Amino acid sequence: MDTLLLKAGGWLAVVFIAFIAMVLAADAGFAVHMAIIALAAGITLWVTINKADYAAIGRGILKAPTDPGIYDDDPIRWGVIATIFWGIAGLTVGLIIALQLAFPVLNLNNEFTTFGRLRPLHTSAVIFAFGGNALIATSYYVVQRTCRARLAFPDLARFVFWGYQLFIVLAATGYLMGVTQSKEYAEPEWYVDLWLTIVWLCYAAVFIGTIVRRSEPHIYVANWFYLSFILTIAMLHVVNGLSMPVSLLGSKSYAAFAGVQDALTQWWYGHNAVGFFLTAGFLAMMYYFVPKQAERPVYSYRLSIIHFWSLIFLYIWAGPHHLHYTALPDWAQTLGMVFSVVLWMPSWGGMINGLMTLNGAWDKIRTDPIIRMMVLALAFYGMSTFEGPMMSIKAVNSLSHYTDWTVGHVHSGALGWNGMITFACLYYLVPRLWGKQRLYSLRMVNWHFWLATLGIVLYAASMWVAGIMQGLMWREYGDDGYLVYAFSEVVTAMLPMYLIRATGGLLYLAGAIVLVYNVWMTIAGRQRDEKPMTETPHNEALDKPIVGKPAVAPAE
Amino acid sequence: MSGFAQKHKKLERNVTLLSVAAFVTVAIGGIVEIAPLFWIDNTIEKVEGMRPYTPLELAGRNIYIREGCYSCHSQMVRPFRDEVERYGHYSLAAESMYDHPFQWGSKRTGPDLARVGGRYSDEWHVQHLIDPRSVVPESIMPPYAFLAEKDLNAGDMVKHLTAQRRVGVPYTAEAIAAANEDLKAQADPEAVTTDLVERYPKAQVRDFDGDPDRLTEMDALVAYLQMIGTLVDFEAAEAQEEPR
Repeated sequence: MDTLLLKAGGWLAVVFIAFIAMVLAADAGFAVHMAIIALAAGITLWVTINKADYAAIGRGILKAPTDPGIYDDDPIRWGVIATIFWGIAGLTVGLIIALQLAFPVLNLNNEFTTFGRLRPLHTSAVIFAFGGNALIATSYYVVQRTCRARLAFPDLARFVFWGYQLFIVLAATGYLMGVTQSKEYAEPEWYVDLWLTIVWLCYAAVFIGTIVRRSEPHIYVANWFYLSFILTIAMLHVVNGLSMPVSLLGSKSYAAFAGVQDALTQWWYGHNAVGFFLTAGFLAMMYYFVPKQAERPVYSYRLSIIHFWSLIFLYIWAGPHHLHYTALPDWAQTLGMVFSVVLWMPSWGGMINGLMTLNGAWDKIRTDPIIRMMVLALAFYGMSTFEGPMMSIKAVNSLSHYTDWTVGHVHSGALGWNGMITFACLYYLVPRLWGKQRLYSLRMVNWHFWLATLGIVLYAASMWVAGIMQGLMWREYGDDGYLVYAFSEVVTAMLPMYLIRATGGLLYLAGAIVLVYNVWMTIAGRQRDEKPMTETPHNEALDKPIVGKPAVAPAE
Repeated sequence: MSGFAQKHKKLERNVTLLSVAAFVTVAIGGIVEIAPLFWIDNTIEKVEGMRPYTPLELAGRNIYIREGCYSCHSQMVRPFRDEVERYGHYSLAAESMYDHPFQWGSKRTGPDLARVGGRYSDEWHVQHLIDPRSVVPESIMPPYAFLAEKDLNAGDMVKHLTAQRRVGVPYTAEAIAAANEDLKAQADPEAVTTDLVERYPKAQVRDFDGDPDRLTEMDALVAYLQMIGTLVDFEAAEAQEEPR
């Protein structure tokens, strides 16, 4: 009872403090955010003091199995739903801003719907909301199973989930109101950054605490990747987020560093958000779910050791390749380029380890659409980790930088690698988490696979062409020694490419909607009556001797 | 199993060792690359003319950040013939030494803006921001008509300049004390601005948005756009223009 009182008092204090901050706020954005925080704390207070068993109600809404089993899977089920929800939101906003580039009238002549405010909403929604929820949910799942232990600190694990959702809501509403630090992929302002730091440290505590409680002597390789992802993101987030608030009651802050130092700090962060959030974390997913789905052990234990340590060591150095030929000193640019090229090797080490896990089960690519998704994800991982080092070579970068080639590169990684491996994991998880025999429909997974693949191909191909065209047109000189194209002419030339890209995005979103339906029906306990994905042909009519005709003609 | 895999088992069985080893491994790169930028002197060239932003320019810059202009516009001219001819002198590190945060950008959906100051008239900027396609038919930029309608509500500029000084921008005590007056004076053709111009050399003092009766967000943004890249006098610094 005393702890209950303490908890309730604490949440009540948060409600009051947030309310006072809302009233005294220096700007509208901060006031709205404080209102959201007060509301969130109020709901938490209500849940704390109310006797109702909200966990059970939540399980009812999600149709979760009544027997929770030996593992603590509730937050994972919520995480799966959140991943899908934010995924659809992020992809939809992506499609909208892609169309805005083709049809500027879609900016709606309204400050809240301009490209500049929606773009961080798209990037954060897909990376941190979709990707982040997928990482948190799968890490809870994997760490319990590979350690054979229940989650440490179950209350904290739930706090991490809801705290992370609050972070997403604060970040997203902030972007729409223009509350931003303008650091790409680190746009949230100082107080949202502080909140995320708290949530992230709790996440680290739950994850490491569970490893400490393990009953397996070894820490499985997937957990090495999750661990390095959690620790490195903490380091990057704290250093890159350093800033000086103008007022403790206002949203605006000024970054601690300026100019060239700020630029390199930002891209040290930015590149390693890719390296650790979108690579190390997702490789952790690969290291658990690919072997499980393929029912084969990881290809090489030694390769996983080598590529783990070299990957995390090398990735950190690669940031300066975002700043080639800028005012960043040449030594830093060259260092960044060299390490980026070397990084190709450990990246492909991971791809090889994943793909070769299918040794002896290659036929599953034909028969199992989930394995096919995983293989496609690994293929795109391999492709983008070849393309990245290539683009970080200064001569190539002089053409590709500032163009849509970069956008194409990012999306072949994000849609191809992160998206597809996440979808495959969701398809693996949903029947298991909800205690169903199988998915509602495997054929729909197949549809999802092909819609997404076609979408990525259209997206990446159009952006390659667009980027290279842009780069070449900008630097084109005529025989008269003058630049041939005005900037506006290059913009005009981009229109067909923007349309093809938006079509690709639409197909990818359509695939994700197929996933929503499939997951929905699976959770509802339905199974689609459909032809199985493979059948070994067997024609009973032909499976008999030919009557009335002897098999062998009798000798005369 | 070979020796190194045997040794690795130590790490695999101890989460503290594994965490520490992983953290040390990821910390090295950043320390080696970023830390020297703070103490190697020639990271930022010594140039004449750089000064902190005026309060109005800073307010305009904050609008530039708020609207996410960096999503589509870089502020970093690279030292290539085509870029120098298209945009102007390549950017120097010193030119963003007071930029908290930097706005170099990463994408050119629209053109680079590192040298946009003084290139177009105020009227052009206002018209272009209200309806980009009325002056550049090919443009795909969003319209920012609301800037002309909204009064500039930049907050207490004394606090803004104080925060800037805390992160190292050399605003003087007088500059901070006068910040709110300077904010208004710069866009007011009637105001006495000798002190302002003395504090901020090359500061452009005039009504920017075509409506002298009001101080709007448009005033601030245009004031910022018109000063980007104008502080360093490259004509006078000819001797520094050695190819890198």
